[in-house]
Amino acid sequence: MKKMINKSTVTSFINYGIVIALFAVFQTLSATGNLSRQLTGLLIPICAYVIMALALNLVVGISGELSLGHAGFMSVGAFSGVITAAALQNSVTNDVARFVIAVVVAALIAAIAGLIIGIPVLRLRGDYLAIVTLAFGEIIKNVLTCLYIGVDSKGLHISAVSEEALGLEATGKAIVKGPMGAVGIMKISTFISGIILVLIALFVIQNLINSRTGRAIKAIRDNRIAAEACGLNVVKYKLIAFVTSAAIAGSAGALYAMNYSSITPKKFDFNTSILVLVFVVLGGIGNLTGSIIAAIVLVALPELLREFSDYRMLVYAVVLILVMIISNNQKTRAFIGKIFGVFKKKKEGEDN
Amino acid sequence: MKKLMAIGLSAAMCVSMFAGCSNSSDSNATTTAKSGNEGSTSTALTGTFNLGLIGPLTGGAALYGNAVKNGAEIAVEEINALGGVQFKLFAEDDEHDAEKSVNAYNTLIDQKVQAINGTVTTNPCVAVAAEAYSDRMFMLTPSASSTDVTANNDNVFQLCFSDPNQGTASAQYISDNKLGTKIAIIYNNSDAYSTGIYTTFKNKAAELNLEIVSTTTFTEDTQNDFSVQVADAQAAGADLVFLPIYYTPASLILKQAKDAGYAPTFFGVDGMDGILDIEGFDKSLAEGLILLTPFSADATDERTVSFVTKYKEKYGDTPSQFAADGYDVVYAYYDALTFYANKKGSYDVTGVSYSDLCEIFISVFTDSSFSSNGITGNGMTWSTEGEVTKAPKAMVIKNGAYAGL
Amino acid sequence: MAFIQNLINGIGLGSVYAIIALGYTMVYGIAKMLNFAHGDIIMIGGYVAFCTYTYLGWPVVAAIVASIIICTLLGITVEFLAYKPLRGATSLAVLITAIGVSYFLQNIALIIWTSNTKSFPNMVSFMPSVSIGDITISGTTIITIFACILIMVGLTTFTSKTKLGKAMRAVSEDRGAAELMGINVNVTISLTFAIGSGLAAIAAILFLSAYPTLIPTTGSMPGIKAFTAAVFGGIGSIPGALIGGILLGVIEILAKAYISTQLSDAIVFAVLIIVLIFKPTGLLGKKIREKV
Repeated sequence: MKKMINKSTVTSFINYGIVIALFAVFQTLSATGNLSRQLTGLLIPICAYVIMALALNLVVGISGELSLGHAGFMSVGAFSGVITAAALQNSVTNDVARFVIAVVVAALIAAIAGLIIGIPVLRLRGDYLAIVTLAFGEIIKNVLTCLYIGVDSKGLHISAVSEEALGLEATGKAIVKGPMGAVGIMKISTFISGIILVLIALFVIQNLINSRTGRAIKAIRDNRIAAEACGLNVVKYKLIAFVTSAAIAGSAGALYAMNYSSITPKKFDFNTSILVLVFVVLGGIGNLTGSIIAAIVLVALPELLREFSDYRMLVYAVVLILVMIISNNQKTRAFIGKIFGVFKKKKEGEDN
Repeated sequence: MKKLMAIGLSAAMCVSMFAGCSNSSDSNATTTAKSGNEGSTSTALTGTFNLGLIGPLTGGAALYGNAVKNGAEIAVEEINALGGVQFKLFAEDDEHDAEKSVNAYNTLIDQKVQAINGTVTTNPCVAVAAEAYSDRMFMLTPSASSTDVTANNDNVFQLCFSDPNQGTASAQYISDNKLGTKIAIIYNNSDAYSTGIYTTFKNKAAELNLEIVSTTTFTEDTQNDFSVQVADAQAAGADLVFLPIYYTPASLILKQAKDAGYAPTFFGVDGMDGILDIEGFDKSLAEGLILLTPFSADATDERTVSFVTKYKEKYGDTPSQFAADGYDVVYAYYDALTFYANKKGSYDVTGVSYSDLCEIFISVFTDSSFSSNGITGNGMTWSTEGEVTKAPKAMVIKNGAYAGL
Repeated sequence: MAFIQNLINGIGLGSVYAIIALGYTMVYGIAKMLNFAHGDIIMIGGYVAFCTYTYLGWPVVAAIVASIIICTLLGITVEFLAYKPLRGATSLAVLITAIGVSYFLQNIALIIWTSNTKSFPNMVSFMPSVSIGDITISGTTIITIFACILIMVGLTTFTSKTKLGKAMRAVSEDRGAAELMGINVNVTISLTFAIGSGLAAIAAILFLSAYPTLIPTTGSMPGIKAFTAAVFGGIGSIPGALIGGILLGVIEILAKAYISTQLSDAIVFAVLIIVLIFKPTGLLGKKIREKV
């Protein structure tokens, strides 16, 4: 028992270590001018995707529910973060403070969205739950496409019709313009803030997993009926995981959005949800370290494969299929198991 | 292993690229290209100019990006064949995605480009424009038509009409020529381009006392079935349907209107260009369609004919308005550099930093005596806001071909 | 009158969703996997029919048969290469692989046919549209509905009467027990894919005859909608797919006509969520029994 706790703490610290080490490497590279513009530009999106992957892993890996609409929460977070930042532009002049407030608001609103969708949805099972989360993501996208929000001295104006319908004063400006998305965003995300958010997300998720609540969530995943029989409130625990995940995804959205001067609702569609799901599955379901590495590699890979242009998505698809087959096929698994088994046995022998 | 493969593949691609280059320059060596600014000589201008291009080369919007790229390649070949300054084109893919577009932009900076032809689509362009603004990189976009692209960015210029421009021009044209009394509009509300034109059209129409009887929308996810929109226009008795949308959904609207036995006048904008080139499209459906567009592949002036011939020869397609825009952007850069070189006496563009060039381009493009002749318009001039001034042409489709109005 | 016309338009759209949903539900019911690449097999089927008809000048029937054959072969190949090695793996692994296949097919199509729009010819134009008073029913709609019913009846008879069909149901009920009874599970699942993909070809022709835009991403959105329709009706249930598809189409058109053209998708998905809350396994879905 003692050993188990140690093991999980060790994994936790390995994860913090990886993130901090990566940060140190990139920071040194960029300080010494050895980092290309291409990679520099990728740092913040990578942080955002790592956080997304961690958040989704909490739902898919730890809670065992398939969500196909997680980009919806990212979208909610992105837009609420951007709106908050724009609304506070004059009252909070410090970029860091505004960023922090925006991220917190984004996480809160995404958490509320998670709660609203989670309460009815988590009663469903498996593929039905998957389709409802997918539907939810599409609804968010559809509604945001019709949304116009502006700000002036009187405060926020919201309309579902057009920019003029906002009735802004001459000094006011439209922040969200329907299909055009949010434009004129102040770019206040930084690599350091991204890394800090990754660490916070890791901290929250790892502590949740290793807590009593986390064990309950995993028990429900492994055997719902047995867990229910033990008196666990299934919906409550599933909801805790789901809402936490939504909040983290929301903060990732805010980080992502404030790295670009414009974002559109279309960005956070089904394909983005799938992209993040691919990170989680390729990194290993329930494996946080895997999620981090998979997200980094898979965001950077298509960029580094730019020379292949026409063929890079094809290569990506083939790699995806091959990895899935190799890691999940029973024969190849047995084969890999055999190789590693030899090592394992040796190790165990040494231990004894 | 993967690395080896990567090296092998890229080597193979390089070889094939060079092969392609030499082939095409052979075939084009005989045809003498004409510069946009015919009066000026280009001997004052020397060196190599690295031009970046950003657009969707793969994915759903690849059509537009590739057209711009192909058009730009033809212009680069023509300019290089003249001797003097040599253009080098670096094209990067953005998959019509703002994130990828910024990545493409960063990659181009690593490749040491000096200015940008792009980006092709609006939303990515807004994101890249902000980056370019803080870096001081000059951008001339062939086709991103929203005012958000140029707003507050003194370094971003448009070669295409801006959305408001098209909306007001369309309303004015309809009113002047009394094309319809009751107007229906069907637009794509998930698309900034379409929504932008719609908004200004509506305002101008109100000003001109045009009666709008039906306004319906669709989104990218629901652009299969237009029965409701068509029925709404029909029930309202509209005699003109304004379609500020791209030609693909428009082709479906035409078909479904015909199925419903509804035959008003259809009126489109530059996105409609290309409808006749859809493979397998029943051209009789588009009979009588009017569109306001700066470019037509059927124009008979010498430059357009030469461009269309070369394009067909090289890419086996009829060039769209996007291809023409891409072509004109390269010439606009050429004309601007020549203009500057002539003013200075001589100018070597090799290795000039993009931020220095940015200020040069801004001063030239906003210079009142500078203009560029292209195949999408003669004597194009630019305002300090980055908007282009050129004359739109109204085209009507007659007997399955464009005809001037 | 306008309402009835809208209703008929809705049924027209819905019948297209239904015919795609039949393929989805067929594969899901037996192989228990969400074949996300189904929409893309439809796209390939469309291109094959387009090329044989327009470029090679084959007659309509030959083009349709070619499309069915190619799609069936493609379905079997995809199943053999990508899904078969994953027998017994988690459903999530299979889902991701299916998404990989979907990306793969889309990008292959992009390389072969480019993203230039192609306009699909109406291959069922022999059926004229019918007008009753002000109301018009297009020929494609009539054919599609007819085809839907025919396929539904055919599939139901096949699965309940023939030996192979019974084997399929047995595999669907309990794979392990079916294997013990001497049923070759692998062959049965391959056969399911063959049938599902063949249906995709038919769906492609009817879908594209009604909405003739052919691009490499043609299959994705109808694929998602049809998947929704299949879940709506109760995934795995053959009549459910038909009902779910038609209802989805009708809701979409009515939402557009009477509520908002902008929010029609949001409304469709909201209705789906509400239905699933009250009937968690869809309209005609089987109740999941919990085994302890």
